[in-house]
Amino acid sequence: MVMGKPVIRSAIAMKLAAIGMATGAAMMAMPAAAQVRDPVYSSARAEGKVGEQVNGYLGFVTPAGPDLKKVIEDLNIRRRAVYAEKAKATSATIEEYALTSGCLLISHTAPGEKYQAPDGSWQTRTAAPPLRDPRCP
Amino acid sequence: MTDARPILLTRLCLGLSLALGGCITVKAPDKPIVIELNVNIKQEVIYRLSGDAAQTIDKNAEIF
Repeated sequence: MVMGKPVIRSAIAMKLAAIGMATGAAMMAMPAAAQVRDPVYSSARAEGKVGEQVNGYLGFVTPAGPDLKKVIEDLNIRRRAVYAEKAKATSATIEEYALTSGCLLISHTAPGEKYQAPDGSWQTRTAAPPLRDPRCP
Repeated sequence: MTDARPILLTRLCLGLSLALGGCITVKAPDKPIVIELNVNIKQEVIYRLSGDAAQTIDKNAEIF
């Protein structure tokens, strides 16, 4: 009776390890960004409700509900914190670092996703290169 | 003949005040100032930061 517990425990541990390995394998097959993005953000992005702005932050293409608004505003606050830290490390301003990131993030958009053109209008990404600021690398 | 001068003067004053008034009412809106800040960021700065920014985006994928 006393010996039973460790056996059960190790059986559970083995099952958990197997589940972990299966999940790991499934996640490896998914695109890098899809596995880490908040599902609310991920679906809003895919549906074209939010897009990448020129300034390096996410923007609302259509009026957002309170839940989506909270998720996106939270991401923008976290983006700003990262930009601020990296700007300091590279002797740049937050705006400079954010704008540079915006250039790259617009390039990284997938076809169907929204991004902001230099004139401020929302565009849907196609297979063609996006419309970007002429200063973008 | 003597009446002509005051009329001419009033017309001159009217014209001057109109011209001056036009100059004063021209005001710059607030929005272009925000755009100007972005315009001031030089291409060479963006090129210098792009490598670092690309790494930052990869390492913080959950917020991008």
